[in-house]
Amino acid sequence: MKAVVTVMGIDRPGIIAKVSNSLFENGVNILDINQTIMQDIFTMVMLVKMGEKTDFSVVVSDLEKIGEEIGVDIRAQNEEIFNSMHRI
Amino acid sequence: MINTREIMETIKMIDDQHLDIRTITMGISLLDCIDSSAEKACEKIYEKITRLAKDLVKTGEDISRQYGIPIINKRISVTPISLIAGASDAKDYVCFAKALDRAAKDTGVNFIGGFSALVHKDFTKGDRILIESIPEALAVTERVCSSVGVATTKSGINMDAVKIMGETIKKTAERTADNQSFGCAKLVVFSNAVEDNPFMAGAFHGVGEGDAVINVGVSGPGVVKAALEKVKGKDFGTVADVIKKTAFKITRMGQLVAQEASRRLGVPFGIVDLSLAPTPEIGDSVAYILEEMGLEKCGTHGTTAALALLNDAVKKGGVMASSYVGGLSGAFIPVSEDAGMISAAECGALSLDKLEAMTCVCSVGLDMIAVPGDTSAETISAIIADEAAIGMINQKTTAVRIIPVVGKGVGEMVEFCGLLGYAPIMPVHEYSSCDFINRGGRIPAPIHSLKN
Repeated sequence: MKAVVTVMGIDRPGIIAKVSNSLFENGVNILDINQTIMQDIFTMVMLVKMGEKTDFSVVVSDLEKIGEEIGVDIRAQNEEIFNSMHRI
Repeated sequence: MINTREIMETIKMIDDQHLDIRTITMGISLLDCIDSSAEKACEKIYEKITRLAKDLVKTGEDISRQYGIPIINKRISVTPISLIAGASDAKDYVCFAKALDRAAKDTGVNFIGGFSALVHKDFTKGDRILIESIPEALAVTERVCSSVGVATTKSGINMDAVKIMGETIKKTAERTADNQSFGCAKLVVFSNAVEDNPFMAGAFHGVGEGDAVINVGVSGPGVVKAALEKVKGKDFGTVADVIKKTAFKITRMGQLVAQEASRRLGVPFGIVDLSLAPTPEIGDSVAYILEEMGLEKCGTHGTTAALALLNDAVKKGGVMASSYVGGLSGAFIPVSEDAGMISAAECGALSLDKLEAMTCVCSVGLDMIAVPGDTSAETISAIIADEAAIGMINQKTTAVRIIPVVGKGVGEMVEFCGLLGYAPIMPVHEYSSCDFINRGGRIPAPIHSLKN
């Protein structure tokens, strides 16, 4: 399963490091990263692929914990929701 | 890959514009629970519902977490109980309502619909007992919803049923007087009732349906309003286009969730109901969409035209996004559940008469309207008759969910819990409809129903 990880908030050092480390620990492979500043907000979008043994709900809760720690909004969503909404 | 702008658009819809799946509703047939012993029938009903729906709430929560989309309600609809209980020896059907309530609590759903009867032409014994049981059933249960179909385009209006439902609504209001006459918020009177509606309080599982089915109701008035903010002053062709595109996106999400829920629960997918269902939260209002089109206040002249455009564009956009569209599918205009409607009713811009006109072009009817507690049963029946006539002639569903709040008068506020919101008591006409309602009999089906 592929998922989209989005990170939004005030920019600070270590965001990408922490997020990618957490993904790595859960066996998640990063396929693509896109990072921009939108309306003064740091915005990072990652396309990731779950490993064979990855439990997606653990990925989500681990990322949420990191988000709380460093004060940014992090979410992971099944990629299908974006495909179904924006592609015919 | 989907680009960042599109991803952010979806996230913004969910975070800021209250986009959500309003309900995953599992329809369950109870036809195989019929028994001459009411007690045994109730046991079978409880057993079947709790067996089929045991994972419904958890599955809804899992999907919500995986896709990052809120799924507000998980609900159950069942075969109209008058059909099931009619075969039993019971003298009243409150025990059936209690069995449904117990099943709802134990599966964790917040409402169960189907304490219902379809009497658009005439009553069976079971229909009569069910309707007589409604006030008590809605008072002693928490999660049971009731609906009664009194008219269809094909069969006309059963005016005896219309009269009885006016009385039933009054009795239900009195029986739940200590709780703002809340029982009436769980009771809907239909013309052209649909068999696959996932929304409460009018959901039931029709006899043409299978053993079990998953129907999904989407929502998102806030998303439509936000999209229209970007085309201020543009012509109506543009407005309709923007609504269609937005409805398409919303419905695609509903379709995805419906298919996923169906797969995980091993229950066939039925339909997506692409209704715009408001909530009392600011930014989740259908009235605000109409105002965004250029009306100073919902209810003023032009409101019916604006709603007609909205309702039609929602259908056109949504219909291509789902393999099966059904239910009510359009815009809802419940007064107490819509911040903009509440505000318009409070300031006097929105009257009962205007709401009636609006129901000619929207997907449902007079919904969640609080009226004075001393409104007569005949007046309520006459309001139902008017709505039923609109539904019958226009070949559409109309409904009446009206609450004569005991002890309250015009201008006072009544507060219900949660999604049901709050509403000002609206005035009704003072002149009597008594002799009209007391005639009884049937209003014949209209000429255009004779299509065969």
